[in-house]
Amino acid sequence: MPIPNQELIDLYRKMLTIRRFEERVALEFKRETIPGVVHSYIGQEAVAVGVCANLRNDDRIVSNHRGHGHCIAKGADLNRMMAEIYGRKSGYCKGKGGSMHIADFSIGMLGANGIVAAGLPIAVGTALAAQLEGGDRVSVVFFGDGACSEGEFHESLNLASIWKLPIIFACENNHYGVNTPVRDAMAVEHVADRAAAYAMPGTVVEGNDLAAVYRATRDAVASARAGDGPSLLEFKTYRWRHHFEMTSIPDLRPREEIEAWKERCPIAHVERRLLREGVLKKEDLARLDAEVLSRIEDAVGFALASPLPEPAEALEDVFSE
Amino acid sequence: MKPEPAMTRNTRKITFAEATLEALQEEFRRDEKTVHLSTDVAIPLRKEFGAARIRATPIAESSIVGAAVGLAGSGFRPVVNLRMATFGFVAMDQMVNQAAKITYMFGGQARFPIVYRMTVGAGQSMAAQHSINPYPMYMNVPGLKIILPSTPYDAKGLLKTAIRDNNPVISFEHAALTNLSGEVPQEEYTIALGQAAVRRAGTDITVVALARMAHLAAEVANEMEREGISLEVIDPRTLVPLDKESIRESVAKTGRLVVVDEACQTCGAAAEIISLVVEDRRLFRCLKSQPARVCGLDVPIPFSPPMERFAVPDKERIAAAVRAVLQEA
Repeated sequence: MPIPNQELIDLYRKMLTIRRFEERVALEFKRETIPGVVHSYIGQEAVAVGVCANLRNDDRIVSNHRGHGHCIAKGADLNRMMAEIYGRKSGYCKGKGGSMHIADFSIGMLGANGIVAAGLPIAVGTALAAQLEGGDRVSVVFFGDGACSEGEFHESLNLASIWKLPIIFACENNHYGVNTPVRDAMAVEHVADRAAAYAMPGTVVEGNDLAAVYRATRDAVASARAGDGPSLLEFKTYRWRHHFEMTSIPDLRPREEIEAWKERCPIAHVERRLLREGVLKKEDLARLDAEVLSRIEDAVGFALASPLPEPAEALEDVFSE
Repeated sequence: MKPEPAMTRNTRKITFAEATLEALQEEFRRDEKTVHLSTDVAIPLRKEFGAARIRATPIAESSIVGAAVGLAGSGFRPVVNLRMATFGFVAMDQMVNQAAKITYMFGGQARFPIVYRMTVGAGQSMAAQHSINPYPMYMNVPGLKIILPSTPYDAKGLLKTAIRDNNPVISFEHAALTNLSGEVPQEEYTIALGQAAVRRAGTDITVVALARMAHLAAEVANEMEREGISLEVIDPRTLVPLDKESIRESVAKTGRLVVVDEACQTCGAAAEIISLVVEDRRLFRCLKSQPARVCGLDVPIPFSPPMERFAVPDKERIAAAVRAVLQEA
């Protein structure tokens, strides 16, 4: 069953929001108005949006260092996200986390994570919680191909499988760990091949095709909700930008490869369908884009209007009451 | 100084291990959100609370420590028994980068109530990969609370409090104390974190001693009393939070300080305790002699009994340090 038209427009808007958000963050980082480091999600938008379209507010996700897209797809507030990235008091984490640690527990977004693969065991814990609660909540953990070389990948898939936990392992294979090609880091061709070792279904999915991501996730989520255990989904995709918005390490990927993947833009792919099927006209797309850009502008305005934290606020939140 | 919570009339003798089991049983009855994760299942717990809450895990320390973070962030209250503290190092990322920091990095928007239990200490001829006292390392990680009980009474009361705490708490339990018997009340009780116990009241010198060393220090106090030397033995019982006030009060009274810890000396809890005394201008001026520490040697814990005994403090070394500090004018 194809994605209904109204939902498709909503998902398109979300993908575009991620794209425009990330473009602005990259620009502001270059302008040196954002401290620290940021990892751009541009090029992978169909994954976050197609996966999260199948989740409820009370389902839980755990993200990684490249997490802005996951936050937006799960429904995070752009103002508080941008404020956190700017290190402001009004940010999601009061300026204590920054780009790599945005979380919003009220929408089941249990945090981005700066350590590769560290989110997998945490997500397994959330799925165990869901199972113990006895409802039909599911968990999703997003991670890259790089995480699949960590020991926690093995431990987590094994735990989820032996306990039949309601979790979807969403691997975004963007083909590189910084500059190391995945073919140099893995002996099997697909991450999904490894699912066999854990007696769980493993599926290779065209990660730049929103409909394909949506369908594959819908099936995996239905299976998890029904108590049939975990799935490993491998979304083949590509990041358009460098590992991070810094020049301290060069981007060694072949230019022609980057350009070829840009031709397979996940957003243009949806646009073509919307136009082809007469769901939206060109002027509708332009209007929608203007709305999104204005929303991003508001978020930047909110961040800049927010005060920086007082230095001594560093002493708060080490422990909970 | 706060007095030791009064021992009630209805006590019985139980071991350290029995006391911690009772703590778990009581808290698991009290709160159905408690979950136990360990490679070895405690049979009485599984019998009473079932296999879903008392989970046998594969040998996967990182993921078990991390799963506890996910459980806690989802409203549960996990207890993880890692067995040996040396195994805990396998899970260092989840312990230090995740459990300890996550409340802070997320701006306090969620609580992470977790208890990690680990066995520490020398004396079992288990060699260096099964014997260590790593609590000073963890003291250096903001976001972790640390309990270090030395008696069955403390083990039960502190573990119950740790389970109710809304933060990650590590319970370091000395292997040589497992079968130690002690009086424990029939009635329910808890012990607040951050309250030292005075094991022996005295006037000449303050001896702060941790875990098993508190027992040795008390024995030294008994022996030296016959010579007319009065030791005040303080057992901090918890390292984070640390009852600094009780230590300061005692040193203000005696003017002399020896700190005894089985852990390696370098960057240890003993150094921290001496610092909090000498950095206090008022207390520094009260000192009648320079403080001393009696710690484990800076070596991995050796296997063969004579070397192992040599590597950790004993009563002779404690007594010698006490005499040396007393002889300083």
